[in-house]
Amino acid sequence: MSPAKLLARLGLCFTAFIQRLGALAIFMCSAVLHIFDSTRIVGRTIRQIYVIGVQSLFVILLIGIFCGMVLGLQGYYTLVKFGSVGLLGSAVSLTLIRELGPVLTAIMLTGRAGSSMTAEIGVMRITDQIDALDVMDINSMAYLVSPRVLASLISFPLLTAIFDVIGIIGGYLTGVLMLGINEGAYFYRIEASVTMTDVQGGFLKALVFALLVTSVCCFEGYFTHKRRDSVGPEAVGNATTQAVVISCVLILAADYVLTSVLL
Amino acid sequence: METCSEDAAWDIAFSSLRVGYGEHVVLDEITARLPSGKISVILGGSGCGKSTLLRHIIGLSRPMRGTIQIAGADLFGLSSRDFRRLRRQMGVLFQDGALLGAMTVAENVALPLSEHLGLSRELVRREALRVLKMVELEAFADFYPHQLSGGMRKRAGLARAIITNPRILLCDEPTSGLDPVTAARMDALLLSLHAQFPAMTIVSVSHDLMSLERIADYVLVLKDGLLHFAGDLASLKASDDPYLAMFLSREAGTRLGDFSESMDARVATALADWFRA
Repeated sequence: MSPAKLLARLGLCFTAFIQRLGALAIFMCSAVLHIFDSTRIVGRTIRQIYVIGVQSLFVILLIGIFCGMVLGLQGYYTLVKFGSVGLLGSAVSLTLIRELGPVLTAIMLTGRAGSSMTAEIGVMRITDQIDALDVMDINSMAYLVSPRVLASLISFPLLTAIFDVIGIIGGYLTGVLMLGINEGAYFYRIEASVTMTDVQGGFLKALVFALLVTSVCCFEGYFTHKRRDSVGPEAVGNATTQAVVISCVLILAADYVLTSVLL
Repeated sequence: METCSEDAAWDIAFSSLRVGYGEHVVLDEITARLPSGKISVILGGSGCGKSTLLRHIIGLSRPMRGTIQIAGADLFGLSSRDFRRLRRQMGVLFQDGALLGAMTVAENVALPLSEHLGLSRELVRREALRVLKMVELEAFADFYPHQLSGGMRKRAGLARAIITNPRILLCDEPTSGLDPVTAARMDALLLSLHAQFPAMTIVSVSHDLMSLERIADYVLVLKDGLLHFAGDLASLKASDDPYLAMFLSREAGTRLGDFSESMDARVATALADWFRA
């Protein structure tokens, strides 16, 4: 391939990427705006909180406890070299509240709830259900996307908080009960080192991740029919995979940006 | 809406219409008028663009060129508000019903009322049951779409399409995939509906000749991306056009597959081995 053709192809890819990014931004804004003008959003949001939040609770508890236990274990064997095992409470709690809590919760919710959002909306698209809503003069964005965005904005921070608490208990299990650190020192260090700014930063990250994950997952499902690589059920599968991959990348990229701003 | 009065004739007119997807033209130079208060059937072979034309009438896709006028109003020249007001006068039966999977049949049928009218839940349900009774599905009101057969889903879709008393009913392949008896029942339903609401313009997209015979007042035939015929059923039957004659008599035509070339010997051997294995 000649350099000119390569450059042209790169240019086309870049333009397509920018167009897609623009479409996603418009989609996200539209979904947020419809939260305020949708008449029946409360009931639908409660249902979505059940799907996104309640049904993900067990997975979050499981991941949270193991994550805390691993942090306790790794933290102990690192700190013991410096004679600072008393700081384990600080290490576990700050790592969880500032970073791992919001990030791992968002990634887990992407895998569990985000993928199901893409698949469900994608199937609705290819079976004409979204067209049927539009024909009935029911705004499909307000009906399908906005309740999911609002439910995510409520569920992500709450599940992050649960993840943090369970993670700290996991650190307690390994650090205090298994490796014998003083129980009082563990909790005293948590209380002394964690500030309200850390907690707020964690919640802010959870809110941003909620908006990103839900927008990307709903966007991919909503425009399943416009995919060029596949059609029908295969397009739903591809859209779901792409939604999960893009969401995970965006979570980590946004985490870096937010951490830079918050620190 | 300025151009559509309550008493207007709800006919659908295409003028030099060109429709397609992206750069690909599916139908071109379509100029015709589907008369108000009649059952019109858009006929044509598989993949000739019937459903694409229907999507444009519904306003789900924009034409590449030309206009679609409904009751005298240019569908794509209307303001967003007027476009929505006009579309409220349409009921659409999608190919597989397009019922929402998370709702019961009654909830699906009641959806246009429950979303827009702010009426009590009991009243809306009663109305949904009334319409479900018309399509003989009242016993299945609390079933979910996946618990219904294909024909039942279509009838539930029809119930949802007519619950708002639309001026125009658009049906995408209402009898496709149904056994002859169920297909006949679907046609009978459309005829009863037409008898009940004689002012309603019904447009059905189909390639089912039995259905055509039973319900059509007016017929459009599409072929090779163009309008091949527009007229009433009697004119269609009387036409001496070779394609129409072939279509109506279900002849296969001259473009048949060539089966004379034999299979590669290596493939035949491999297949024989596989059969024996």
